[in-house]
Amino acid sequence: MARKAKEPKIKEEKVTKIGGKFIRRRKPNRSVGGDVAIMAMLIGVGIFMLLPFVYAISNSVKPMDELFAFPPRFFARNPTLDNFSDLFIIMSESWVPFSRYIFNTVFITACGTIGHLFLASMAAFALAKHEFPGKNFLFTAVIWALMFPATVTYIPNYLILSGLGWLDTYLALVVPAFASTMGLFLMKQFMEGLPTALCESARIDGANEFRVYWSIAMPNVKPAWLTLIIFSFQSLWNTTGGVYVFSEQFKTLPYALNQILAGGVARQGAGSAVAVFIMIVPIVMFMLTESNVVETMASSGIK
Amino acid sequence: MSTAVATKKRRELKDYEKKWTLWGRIKESKASYLFLMPYYILFVMFTIVPVIISVYYSFTYYNILEAPQFIGWTNFLNLFLHDDVFILAIQNTFIFAIITGPLGYLAAFVFAWFINELPPKVRAIMILVFYAPTISGQVYMVWSIMFSGDSYGWINGVLMNWGIINKAVQWTTDTKTMMFVCIVVALWSSLGAGFLSHVAGLQGIDKELYEAGYVDGISNRWQELWYITLPSMKPQLLFAAVMSITSTFGAADIMTAMCGFPSTDYAVHTIVNHLQDYGDVRFEMGYASAIAVLLFGACLGLNRLIQNLLQKVGT
Repeated sequence: MARKAKEPKIKEEKVTKIGGKFIRRRKPNRSVGGDVAIMAMLIGVGIFMLLPFVYAISNSVKPMDELFAFPPRFFARNPTLDNFSDLFIIMSESWVPFSRYIFNTVFITACGTIGHLFLASMAAFALAKHEFPGKNFLFTAVIWALMFPATVTYIPNYLILSGLGWLDTYLALVVPAFASTMGLFLMKQFMEGLPTALCESARIDGANEFRVYWSIAMPNVKPAWLTLIIFSFQSLWNTTGGVYVFSEQFKTLPYALNQILAGGVARQGAGSAVAVFIMIVPIVMFMLTESNVVETMASSGIK
Repeated sequence: MSTAVATKKRRELKDYEKKWTLWGRIKESKASYLFLMPYYILFVMFTIVPVIISVYYSFTYYNILEAPQFIGWTNFLNLFLHDDVFILAIQNTFIFAIITGPLGYLAAFVFAWFINELPPKVRAIMILVFYAPTISGQVYMVWSIMFSGDSYGWINGVLMNWGIINKAVQWTTDTKTMMFVCIVVALWSSLGAGFLSHVAGLQGIDKELYEAGYVDGISNRWQELWYITLPSMKPQLLFAAVMSITSTFGAADIMTAMCGFPSTDYAVHTIVNHLQDYGDVRFEMGYASAIAVLLFGACLGLNRLIQNLLQKVGT
């Protein structure tokens, strides 16, 4: 509601006379036909984007006989929550209880995100608000690192983690996530917009550098750290653990989803139930922070 | 008197050193380096050092059990001259990248552009709808149920019901349709960070630029786009391009999830799939590193090319 009030009311098609010519103010270049076509296209593509979500939700509440129905139906006739309870029964026969996968994913995501938030925001603060030799070089290195997929370095990473003795522990997934590049990049770009005078006045009042960072800079870049949390959360929440962890008790929820779906048609219902669980959490988080994320991305450009 | 002059001189010299010599400036910035240290130690450990190690291993034969043996360019020569699957992987990656890269990028921009003109509340919902596939990550596996080749596959069911096909298509094992399936899923799942960047870039454009443009005689939305909108959001365009290149060239998980690994006749085998094959399955780390180094070079080269192209926008 508050947001709506901010948008100025625009008088459509107001005709103004400037220099003898009539000029239509505001959107002189939109045709009704074009607007309708665009709306139709957006709705069509929007339905395509939502299709798998609706299908997953619908499948997750289908009773067994409807999952096997031919021809397959999109929507469930007699919705049931059996699949969610079956999930715990199916998975209780496996090596570790299903709740362990949930715990692993939540734990890895929480630790990785918190560590990344602190480390990246501290580095971003120095890069954005301090002058020192090597500053450009250090930031350019991060931009270059954004430009290639992480798979490029996974073999040496595997060897480094194995050398540290971190393979097959939470550390292998959590610590490298501290230094992911996206968060630092967004944070630094956003902090550039923070008025230097704000930091200066705090320094004159006798605050040390850490206080300036913690009590002045951080509270003023809330959109940036919310965005950082969203991005970090998204990548960690969806990690399967890859080759870095191989014991079943350290495997994550997306890995469990893979395993269940590999079980074939009989597991479709349970698989969809997991998929629904996996997707709901990040989507809700994004919904709550959307305007902050968009605000942060506005300063995301590479110049 | 003379001592006062001497101390003054010394102080000036010290100030001069502080300001102008590199070492002086480094000593002055201790606090900054302390802030940077925790992040950059890990960054060097898990990004910079691995890149260097990869380059070194790419010139060696290394199977983890024995020490790496230097073999010069042999890995690269083998890749291009004796490895048919790698050549196929390059082809697949480029077909995939040429379609999903530019198309995905363009689609992300066009949707962001259209969505930007909607009223704020509708806009917020539409952004959520378009961004949801990216943020929910692994949920693309639901597509593998929908594309399933047996009679439970919903897409086959619908197409048969409509009479478009009369027997089930094996979407994920028929070499004719596998790439199509992967491209559809990739387009669905990868509008991503680029899309958000476009949306934010569009919202950041100064409205007065448009007013000025109308007075100067811009008459349709295409001219407005080319002369005002695009040049005003170049930094965001570049950021989105970087994201798009990274994700299309890193594609492999979608292929594995949809078509299995290795896929039938290597029909959707990408460069990263090939890398995983040698890294995880065969433990030929030197050879796998050579693939990684080529991929690294291709990504950086392409990024530079795109940056140069984007400089020409709006001129």
